Amino acid sequence: MNILVCVKQVPDTTEIKIDPVKNTLIRDGVPSIVNPFDGYALEAAARIKDKNPDTKIVVLTMGPPQATAAIKECLAIAADKGYLVSGRTFGGSDTLATSYILYNAVKKVEELEGKFDAIFCGKQAIDGDTAQVGPELAEHLGYPQVTYGLEAELDGDMLKVKKEVEEGVEVIGVKFPCLVTYTKPAWDPRYPTIKRKMAANRAEIPVLGDDAFPDIDTTRIGLKGSPTNVKKTFVPQKKTGGVKIKEEDNTASAKKLFELLSAASII
Amino acid sequence: MEAKTKDLWVFVETNEDGTAKNVGIELLTPGKMMAGKQGGALVAVVIGSGVDEAVKAANEHGADKIIVVDGPEFKHYTTDAYAIALCTLVEKYGPTSMLIGATNNGRDLGPRVSCRLHTGLTADCTALDIDEETGNVAWTRPAFGGNLMATIICPNHRPQIGTVRPGVFKKSDAVEAKAEIIKEDLHVAEDQIRTQVIELIKEMGGENVDLEGAEIIVSGGRGVGGPEGFDTIKALADTLGATVGASRAAVDAGWIAHAHQVGQTGKTVGPKLYIACGISGAIQHLAGMSGSDVVVAINKDPDAPIFDVADYGVVGNLFEVLPVLVDEIKKARG
Repeated sequence: MNILVCVKQVPDTTEIKIDPVKNTLIRDGVPSIVNPFDGYALEAAARIKDKNPDTKIVVLTMGPPQATAAIKECLAIAADKGYLVSGRTFGGSDTLATSYILYNAVKKVEELEGKFDAIFCGKQAIDGDTAQVGPELAEHLGYPQVTYGLEAELDGDMLKVKKEVEEGVEVIGVKFPCLVTYTKPAWDPRYPTIKRKMAANRAEIPVLGDDAFPDIDTTRIGLKGSPTNVKKTFVPQKKTGGVKIKEEDNTASAKKLFELLSAASII
Repeated sequence: MEAKTKDLWVFVETNEDGTAKNVGIELLTPGKMMAGKQGGALVAVVIGSGVDEAVKAANEHGADKIIVVDGPEFKHYTTDAYAIALCTLVEKYGPTSMLIGATNNGRDLGPRVSCRLHTGLTADCTALDIDEETGNVAWTRPAFGGNLMATIICPNHRPQIGTVRPGVFKKSDAVEAKAEIIKEDLHVAEDQIRTQVIELIKEMGGENVDLEGAEIIVSGGRGVGGPEGFDTIKALADTLGATVGASRAAVDAGWIAHAHQVGQTGKTVGPKLYIACGISGAIQHLAGMSGSDVVVAINKDPDAPIFDVADYGVVGNLFEVLPVLVDEIKKARG
């Protein structure tokens, strides 16, 4: 079993603050982390490897050179090998262009690591929140997809994926090769071990640069190759004019709340 | 591809019983405005099995045309069957824009379809407008966990596609049904559908957690204190016919299943009434519920950020406030 896990290095959005004067995001000093959903994808791969020790887990990321830190973190947790896709011509890509570059990268890495039976991604990255790159990569590859996965297990020539749905959990059967995106499961992903961490720190991370894909269609990558572009960004306005209720005790506050809600025909 | 018409499409997702999901009907409201500015028709695309009810709903909420694909292979949503059907229709008719509800299925389908059609997609929009000169849709969406809003355009590719959050737009009042109905004889072979449902494990208690379609949500957070604390939340939810939601803190603590989670790593909701109980209001939670019409917050901490987005904020102990509120509601309803 050969699994590719796609990860993204993202700013920890829980640490982002708004500049109260300029009303813009303060990104300086915000730590970079492995996108948590990608961590769940890696955990899902690691759980397959727990039961099938001959499984190989390869990690792929696209980003600036410092994104090697994200790959090293994955190596320390569970991955066997990692590749960084990094090049100036890739910058400014929207999700469609990004997924096209990743598609080319998958094909390139397969030349080196063998064909992947399954590709795992996070449901979405917490900076962009689009949830588009996984399904778009599946489409470029022509693979079936399962989104909102929690866990997966091998069953003969099929992958059985537990998928979160409104009614509970659906078990979906899908043939290889396939692509699965993962959401947050009920369990915590494993931590790196000291031994793996030291090995990861020493690991050389191969970089696939601008010249790594001689056959790539350059009209489909980067800012110019992206169908969508950002026209403007702004910080959302805070709601104002709410009513604060604090009567002499909780019972009185509750009654007051009920009066206001019924008077406004809300309940 | 090139657009063949100036029409705007709304993909109306259906339930397994053939009714329309609310968001599809809601999107006919902005769709009407946008189709008008683009100078084309408003077209509802209904795909499912036994979808007469969904077609009727689209017809009564302003669609000029309705394209219907009806077959047993569309009863349960699958990426493959729906992507084939929708792409086939787009290639045949060539709309200039398309709106899809940002449900789990909509967000599964949208990127698959836009990639196959080689066009741009903007996910999870909360505001829509049209530049009348170019016909470009201005798609506005939150990013960075709701810290930042971005307006996206797709100037050179058609159709321009966006997924739009449930609850952002309201269903219009019913109008006279006068849409032209086009039945497409379109079928997807079994072997083209590469995923199969093996089993459905219902959540304990057998409840269906439909947060995205809920009109009222009562949510609990860290202040609920433990799994038994959710009994108090459920009591109010049952009284109001509401769905139970939760913050990440409550889910991470293991007090309630993740299917109930509202926020960036959970569901995005847009109910008429959202009651946040013992939820401090981290930006990631606000990102998932700020589309609610009315927000009520109950929290002990007067400085909790949830009060910044609340229309009605009660500073107090939820375990004392909620039971009184339940009694008052029951009294008023006799």
